[in-house]
Amino acid sequence: MEKDIQFLKDTAKELRKNILKMVCAACSGHPGGALSAAEIITALYYGEMHVDPKNPQDPDRDRFILSKGHTCPVLYSVLAMKGYFPLEELQTLRKINGRLQGHPDMNKTPGVDSTAGSLGNGLSIGIGMALMAKLDKKSYRTYVLLGCGELNEGLIWEAAMAAAKFKIDNLLAIVDYNRLQLDGTNDEVMPLEPLADKWKAFNWNVITIDGHDFNQILGAFRKAGETVNQPTVIIANTVKGKGVSFMENKVDWHGKAPNKEQLETALREIENDI
Amino acid sequence: MTYKTGDWIPTRDAYGEALCELGEKNKKVVVFEADISKSTRTNLFGKKFPERYFNVGVAEQNEMAIAAGAAMCGKISFVSTYAVFASMRACEQVRTFVAYPHLNVKICPSHGGITPANDGVTHQGTEDLGIMRTIPGMTVLMPADANATKKLLFAAAEWDGPVYLRLTRDSVPIIYDEKTDFTIGKGILLREGKDVTIIALGDMVSKALDAANLLSTEEISAEVIDMHTIKPLDGDIILNSVKKTRTVVTVEDHQVECGLGGAVSEFLGENYPVPVRRIGFRNTFAESGEYELLLEKYGMSVKHITAGCLNSIKMKGKIR
Ligand SMILES: Cc1ncc(C[n+]2csc(CCOP(=O)(O)OP(=O)(O)O)c2C)c(N)n1
Repeated sequence: MEKDIQFLKDTAKELRKNILKMVCAACSGHPGGALSAAEIITALYYGEMHVDPKNPQDPDRDRFILSKGHTCPVLYSVLAMKGYFPLEELQTLRKINGRLQGHPDMNKTPGVDSTAGSLGNGLSIGIGMALMAKLDKKSYRTYVLLGCGELNEGLIWEAAMAAAKFKIDNLLAIVDYNRLQLDGTNDEVMPLEPLADKWKAFNWNVITIDGHDFNQILGAFRKAGETVNQPTVIIANTVKGKGVSFMENKVDWHGKAPNKEQLETALREIENDI
Repeated sequence: MTYKTGDWIPTRDAYGEALCELGEKNKKVVVFEADISKSTRTNLFGKKFPERYFNVGVAEQNEMAIAAGAAMCGKISFVSTYAVFASMRACEQVRTFVAYPHLNVKICPSHGGITPANDGVTHQGTEDLGIMRTIPGMTVLMPADANATKKLLFAAAEWDGPVYLRLTRDSVPIIYDEKTDFTIGKGILLREGKDVTIIALGDMVSKALDAANLLSTEEISAEVIDMHTIKPLDGDIILNSVKKTRTVVTVEDHQVECGLGGAVSEFLGENYPVPVRRIGFRNTFAESGEYELLLEKYGMSVKHITAGCLNSIKMKGKIR
C-alpha cells in the first residue's frame, strides 16, 4: 500500500505544504531545494527505508543524511508526518529553545541521523556509517542526499574515491540535480557537466532519472540495492522550487521565506496540481 | 558611502559597498567568492569589476589557496565566505599558505559570532577569532559598525600581510560618525570612567555602551574601549585605563577562550594583574533563535554586562 504511486504523490503534496508553512512561520529558511527533493524524500521514507519512528535510535535502522542541510524543512516535515514528533512542532522552526534548528542537529531532533549544514561533509559521514555496517555485520543501508552546488566541495570527491576503494555497496548517494545553487545556475557558478561521467570516472555505478517521477525513483532504488561491490549514485534531475510556479527555477527562492499571501497562493497551487 | 549614526545596518553591507570603492582606487584588489555573494555582498564588486572577481563555487579551501596564489603574484586578495568556513574549513590554507608566507590576503567573512542567529550553530562562528589569533603574523579585526568597517577595510588593504576582518550578518547600530579615524592596532576610548573598564569588540561594542549608560544611573562610572583589533593588541590603551579603574570586563560575541577575553587576560596577567570578568560563550554552542534572545539566554545581554561589571568591582575590593 505504501508503495502505491498515488499514495506517494499525495504524500509528497502534503510534504510540500508542510515545507512552505514552516518556512513561512519561521520567516526564513530555504524552500527551493526542499521542494526539489520532495519526491526523493517521500520515496525514501515511505517506499524504501526501514525506520521506526517509535525507535529512532534503533541500531539496525537505515540511516539518512541530508548533506544539503539547509533544506531541512523537507526532512523535518517528513519526520513529523512519519510521527517522530508532533506536526505542530514544525511551526517552531529556527526558534529559540526549539528542537528544529536552522540546520539539522542530530542531538536535538528525533530521526535526524547526522548533523548537517556545512556543505560537503555528508558523503564522508555516510561512508563511515556504511563501513561500520560491514564491520558489525549489519544489514542497514545508508542514504545520502547531496545538492548539486554542494558537489563543488573537494571533500565530496575525496569521499567518492574512498567509497569506490572500500566497495561501499550499502550506501546510496542521490544528487538533487536542480541545476541552481545560491548565487546562480551551476553553469554560472561552477559548471558540473559531464556529471555522470565524473562519477563513472570515480568508479561509481551511475543511474540518471527524473527526480520527480516515483516509478523512476523506486526503480533506481531497486537497481542500487542489487548492485554489489560498487557504490551507486542516483543523479536525479529535478526542478528547484518544484510545485510552486513562482518559485520554480528561480534562484531567488533558494533562501527566502514566502509571506502569508505567497503562502496561500503556493498552497493552492500544490493542492490543485497546477 | 557613509552611514548615519543611529541607523542600523549589517556590517557585511558596508563591506560590499566599501569593497567597490576600494576596487576603484586600487587596481591590485582582486576578490574571491564561494557561491554566497548575495549574502557576503561581494556581488556588488562582481558587477562593477567582473574581470577582478572570481566565484569559485562552494569550495572554501580552494578559494583560500587560489587567493594565496593571486597574492603571490602581487595582488591584494580579498576572500569572502562565512566566519565558520574561513576559519575552520580553510584553516590550514590560511595558516600555511597565507600566514606563513605573510601574504596580502584579506579574509573578510560575514556571519561572525551569533549574528547568523536563526541559521543555527553550523553558521555561527564563535571560535574564529581565537583560531585566527593563534596563527603567527595574523592581524585580527572586528569593526563595531558600518563606518568602522569601511575605514578598517581601507586600512587592511594598506596593511602589510594577512588580515582577518570579521563582519556581521544582522544589523548593528551605527555608533561612529564618518570622521572618526581608525588605526589597526589602536583601540578607541569611547567613554571615560573610573570604576571599571569594559573592553568590547564588534557587535558587542554598542551593548557595552548601553551597559555603561545603565551603570551610570547607579553612580558607577564605566570606561568603554572598542578593541576593534584583537591582534596586535593595543596594550597601551588597556594599561592606561586599568591603572585608573583596576578591573576589566571583556565583552565579545565569541567563546571566552582565546578571543578578546583571552587576549586581554593574557596581557594583564603578564603586565598588570587585575580582576577580569569575561562575557561571551562559556564552553557552549548556541542554537537557532533571534539574536537578542540568544544574547539573553547565553549570558551576554546588557543586563549580564552590567552584572559582570558590578561583580568585577567587588572582586577588586577583595584582591587589593
Ligand atoms: C561549506 C559551506 N559553504 C557554504 C554554505 C552556504 N550555502 C548554503 S546553501 C548553498 C548552495 C547550495 O546549493 P545546492 O547544493 O545546489 O543546494 P540546493 O540547490 O539543492 O538548495 C551555499 C553555498 C554552506 N552551507 N556550507
